[in-house]
Amino acid sequence: MTGELLDATTRPDPQSDPQSGPDAGGWTGALRRGIFDKMPPEQLLPDTQPSYVASWIYVFGVLTLTAFLTVVGTGTVLALKGAAWWHVSGTGHFVNSLHLWSVELFMTFMSIHLIAKFFMAAWRGKRVMTWITGVIALGCSAFTALTGYLIQQNFDSQWIATQAKDGLNSIGVGAYFNTMDFGQMLIWHVALLPLVVSVIVVWHIVLVRRRGVVPPLPLPGAPAADAPEVHA
Amino acid sequence: MISRLRPRRPQTEPDPYSFGSRPYDLVKEFVLALVAVVVLTVVLAAAFSSPDVKPMTIASWSQADPGDFTTTALAELDGSSDTAGYGPPYNTAGDGQKLGPLALARAVGVTHPIDTAEAFVLTPLAAAPQSPDVTAAISTWKSASADQQSGWTGAYSDALTKADGDPAKVPAGDYGPVPTMLGQLTRQAQSGSLEGQLLSETGFYHSDYTLPLLFLADGGDMSAQAQTQHLAGDQWGMMNEVGNFPGQVWLAPYTFWYQISPYKTSGNGDALVWGTMGLVGAVLLFLPLIPGLRSVPRYIPVYRLIWREHYRSRAKA
Repeated sequence: MTGELLDATTRPDPQSDPQSGPDAGGWTGALRRGIFDKMPPEQLLPDTQPSYVASWIYVFGVLTLTAFLTVVGTGTVLALKGAAWWHVSGTGHFVNSLHLWSVELFMTFMSIHLIAKFFMAAWRGKRVMTWITGVIALGCSAFTALTGYLIQQNFDSQWIATQAKDGLNSIGVGAYFNTMDFGQMLIWHVALLPLVVSVIVVWHIVLVRRRGVVPPLPLPGAPAADAPEVHA
Repeated sequence: MISRLRPRRPQTEPDPYSFGSRPYDLVKEFVLALVAVVVLTVVLAAAFSSPDVKPMTIASWSQADPGDFTTTALAELDGSSDTAGYGPPYNTAGDGQKLGPLALARAVGVTHPIDTAEAFVLTPLAAAPQSPDVTAAISTWKSASADQQSGWTGAYSDALTKADGDPAKVPAGDYGPVPTMLGQLTRQAQSGSLEGQLLSETGFYHSDYTLPLLFLADGGDMSAQAQTQHLAGDQWGMMNEVGNFPGQVWLAPYTFWYQISPYKTSGNGDALVWGTMGLVGAVLLFLPLIPGLRSVPRYIPVYRLIWREHYRSRAKA
């Protein structure tokens, strides 16, 4: 690996490199610049924050994230042991209880977080996509939770499956998403939807770090425009 | 590159750090929050556990209430059950619901074809070794005309109603092979074999419970049990959890519509609810782009509470 053996004195100087410029490095260089020009490390992991971030309501963002990780962790244990484990094992039942309550906390924290961001009009200043990804995360999480209830393998899941089918069938979705098909719901719950939620959550966090925390609304009388930039 | 020639819109919000800054340990905050959430989760799980009411089985249903099972099986046989008249995606007996002029269910069509007489009665009977009288009854049924079949099922249905749904109290009559077939189906159900036969209709490997769940849902006992567990539609339905557990509280904005007219009375109620939720979701999603609505937070002084320290310090300055 010749490149790894080059030290700083022998490595080509980017400034004198004839390949340097807007297109230097090809796709790799473009990706590197795309990431680090827009998201320098000190912005991704800041050690300061704006002075107005001084309310307990801000805690619900990180609480949502940590609750999500708890949901994923407990769900991973349930997935590793199998869908029926929690019905026949005391330990399994406790892990299922951890999963249930972490979901309750996750959805509660996320709802409070969203409501708080509404009252902050947190979409101002090119933060429209941050809001949109947050709303999508809430919707996808609710859908993921529904599939979780469908794979409980108890009376609750039987009832929810037979009731939820009517709404989905009424708009044609039931033809492709059958709430009574345990195998299909299991795959949606443990693979597809967690992946979608994870990607959206990461996207949301990157946008939050990139745009920063939205500044306070001006008090009445102070000049300001509420129209946000439409580009994220 | 026209966009580069277009003048940039003025920055509508100041740089967050122009208000001043203070030290912040993001990683420490994350770790503390994670510990707090994990501890809280463990405490809640240890204190409240999680519900696990055993599933209803066709065996338990037919043993506990053979009358309801027989009535349901008869409805599957004569095509009068909810599933038989459902429409798409199961059959063409109904049109499916409409959202205004949009017949989305019908447009998608029948993707899970179910002939209830075949799926719930005739195929399970054919799948098991039968005595000569049952075999003859099945043969008689299959060779009869549709009018003859409906004559038998109609007469048996009337007799069953008069007998308060108890097959044992039905007097002799012109019911053709129907009592023999349904009697045998009840015995298969009570022995526990019917569930396996319904599942095996989809092949060797089983993960699709559509048939047994539809059969259970067509009966009266499942909804009765749901009613006692406050899970029925007029009890805010599936957002509830059995017992006193919180359930899917976040579905309240969805379940709410089922509690009011015209949603709860319309034959297209489900489609109307989904259409409404689609509209509400779109408004929420694109709220920042909707003039007027995006300004609502300015008129509700919650933001003054959130940023009270900031406003206080600015006033002092």
